[in-house]
Amino acid sequence: MTSRVYLFTCIVCPLGCTLEVEMDGDKIKEVKGYTCPKGREWAIEEVMNPKRVVMSVIKVRNGKLPTVSVKTAEPVPKAKIPELMKFLAKLEVEGPIRVGQTILEFEGIKIVATRET
Amino acid sequence: MSGLHIIQYDVVVIGGGPAGMAAAVKAKELGLNVLLLDDNEYLGGILPQCIHPGFGIHYFKEELTGPEFAYRLTKRALELGVDYYTAARVLEIKNYSDIEKVVIFSSPKGAFEVWTKTIIYAAGARERHAFEIGIVGDRGAGIYTAGEAQTLMDIYGIMPGREIVIVGSGDVGLIMARRFALEGANVKAVIELMPYPGGLARNIMILKDFDIPLYLSHKVVEVKGKNRVERVKVIKVDENLNEIPGTEFWIECDTVVISAGLIPSVKLLTNIGAEIDPATGGPIVNDLFETTIPGIFAAGNTVLINDLVDYVAEQGELAAYGAKLFIENGGIPTKHWIKLRKGENVRLLIPHYLSGERDVFIYARVKRPMENVEVRFPEIGKRLRLPIVKPAEMLRLKLRKEDIAKAKDEITMEVVPL
Repeated sequence: MTSRVYLFTCIVCPLGCTLEVEMDGDKIKEVKGYTCPKGREWAIEEVMNPKRVVMSVIKVRNGKLPTVSVKTAEPVPKAKIPELMKFLAKLEVEGPIRVGQTILEFEGIKIVATRET
Repeated sequence: MSGLHIIQYDVVVIGGGPAGMAAAVKAKELGLNVLLLDDNEYLGGILPQCIHPGFGIHYFKEELTGPEFAYRLTKRALELGVDYYTAARVLEIKNYSDIEKVVIFSSPKGAFEVWTKTIIYAAGARERHAFEIGIVGDRGAGIYTAGEAQTLMDIYGIMPGREIVIVGSGDVGLIMARRFALEGANVKAVIELMPYPGGLARNIMILKDFDIPLYLSHKVVEVKGKNRVERVKVIKVDENLNEIPGTEFWIECDTVVISAGLIPSVKLLTNIGAEIDPATGGPIVNDLFETTIPGIFAAGNTVLINDLVDYVAEQGELAAYGAKLFIENGGIPTKHWIKLRKGENVRLLIPHYLSGERDVFIYARVKRPMENVEVRFPEIGKRLRLPIVKPAEMLRLKLRKEDIAKAKDEITMEVVPL
């Protein structure tokens, strides 16, 4: 079994604790440096299954602006992000588009417009 | 149409970003006749291009992206029937008397002379550019401020470059580092002059996410590349920010993105004699964000560079409330003004003057990072413990009316180690 240590600056609150997660293979051995339970939870999630809300822009035909800004309706596993970005880069949609409108889905994840165009 | 249109309002808000829009909405809700002006083609200021989340947690109690934050304010302004002009360039402000002011602007709809009782100035800030931070060398294509790069990418859908060096680790620079990396560009380095990062902790995380190297205590001194940027020269600096000879190295890149801070846009205010605080770069203001010219208020990044749009909008609302009080009373009522003074490890703070008539939020920045500190206001016996303070994170502290009233002429704020 290989042991690995992950270091983060916690972003749950402005305190910015330095968190340390020690892994033994794929199991968590120890979490250090947190000052609240939320921080501990976040550190574990960061190691086991890091996710991010992804935002980008999509090209628009006949819109007020040449692009519409979008976000994923929920956080996406980090490993999926490059694939999602390539998918978004190829798209072109027709205006007008409303804020909050689901433009399309990527593997069950809703892509939502955040700007009117 | 030709000639000058003459119109009349209670309050003219200059700038349609978050501060100006929040001010216009609030002023309208308070029953004032309000005109909102912005020189861009659309309202929202820089928010429509800030497509990342992290906005609105305090103001809307919900995490939004920049465009969504702007949309909510715009929608509210339109529902209330706020009069506004976009593509409107304000040429001049004139201050004839406390309740007679003139704003002259030009727009595609003609030239206008607006007679108004009050003005809320919310023109935001501009970005510091390459020449202001001592970068010399060739002037090929590929040198942008972070905001310019953001406008190109996130409004117009144009990729500014592929091999990127970011100068400055402020929030906009870090956010652009992520945007470039997500779009498949190679972000080769973030270069920071200071020994600590300039941005919020949540944005520093971005560098880790994309394995982007951060060089602290380093600066870019030269750009090479005749037609397009080809490489930049980086040098290490000592604790006094002096260059250390022999530490130079080059980074190959086609794009340099400057994220070296913002400077409040105050030209129209200084033209009519408003006093400026050299520490903030913005006007001296009282607790309703009135400048030293009676009836002219300011809010948002024009006053001081904020970390959060939520505080910018809050300041806009306060200025609108100020305008209302001013019109009703022919001035801001107070027994006497109490000066708020900078003490130990306080680099800047606002408001500069307190009336003692209301609770006040103090916005301040420290000079250097410190752990386990006490913020003290000795004249009124108020103290507050904080585990950590950083220059990158603005302090926002509430002082209560009763406490302010204990002071005679001034209140000092100091940040001292325990």
